[in-house]
Amino acid sequence: MDAAAHTHEHSHPTPAVYVRIGITLFVLTALEVALYEIGRRGQPPALALAITPVFVELLLLLSAFKFALVAMFYMHLKQDSRLFSSVFVFPLIIAAAIIMALLLLFGYLYSLHPLPK
Amino acid sequence: MSHAAVAAHPETATGLDSRKLAIWTFIGSECMFFASLIGTYLVYKGKDVAGPRPHDVWLLNGKEVEQMLEIPLVTTGTALLLFSSLFVVLALYGAQKGKRGMLIGWLGATLFCGIFFVGMQVFEFTHFYHRGMGFTTNLFSQTFFTLTGFHGGHVSLGVLWLSTVFVLALRGKLPPEKSLNLEIAALYWHFVDVVWIVIFPVVYLIH
Repeated sequence: MDAAAHTHEHSHPTPAVYVRIGITLFVLTALEVALYEIGRRGQPPALALAITPVFVELLLLLSAFKFALVAMFYMHLKQDSRLFSSVFVFPLIIAAAIIMALLLLFGYLYSLHPLPK
Repeated sequence: MSHAAVAAHPETATGLDSRKLAIWTFIGSECMFFASLIGTYLVYKGKDVAGPRPHDVWLLNGKEVEQMLEIPLVTTGTALLLFSSLFVVLALYGAQKGKRGMLIGWLGATLFCGIFFVGMQVFEFTHFYHRGMGFTTNLFSQTFFTLTGFHGGHVSLGVLWLSTVFVLALRGKLPPEKSLNLEIAALYWHFVDVVWIVIFPVVYLIH
């Protein structure tokens, strides 16, 4: 292994960066639960009304951001070799495609054969 | 980082440690496995002929007592699982720098969080069972228990794996040049964490 690749693979963040990421993850999780509670209780009404139409999108966005933070900093994909990123991201794309395909196919199936109520 | 802190490995075609490449490949395959479980949960969500459904409210003497899903308890478990990811990278930092106290302390904290999470799931499953929701009750129960059960199994496996590394650290058999042993276990642990980052909103929060 050449020295540059070696250094590149191992220049991991400092504990201070790890702690900052940890706090960010905690705050984002608290935000997710707060959004859920606002939607469930309908309080405050104005905020609940604004959140409800984009609730799912907001939660998925927050979840994706948390996922990326852990993968980039805690799993060191930001610092490590790009080969590791490739062997993770390629199956991740397939994984997303699996979920989308299942949703589309079953959505079509249910439109043809509605389930009994 | 000092050179001593870098784990040595045999010469490889990629220039990377094969063990680390192997765990990343395994994690990639696990992503597709969990995607199929999450996809299955989503396609059957709300398609139950009979309850209970995830956001139904339990009734006691005709009075609403609580939601079926225990959001406060699961949120606590989620927070601890997220913190365990922080603790394990701090333990890895300690291992790479040869700081034994840091390694053992943070790894112990990681194990505590992992065990709490598994305990939380056992409690939740038992609670559902006593409330009349078994594995075959309806589509929700089957997909819920399968998805969260497989994740819980992975967390349990991670706890066992980290425990073996913890014992090695206690015996002083995890010097900086062998820190890759912890790094690989930590990668698996982080993967278990990112899967939960997806499962938590999909199963518990979105309704």
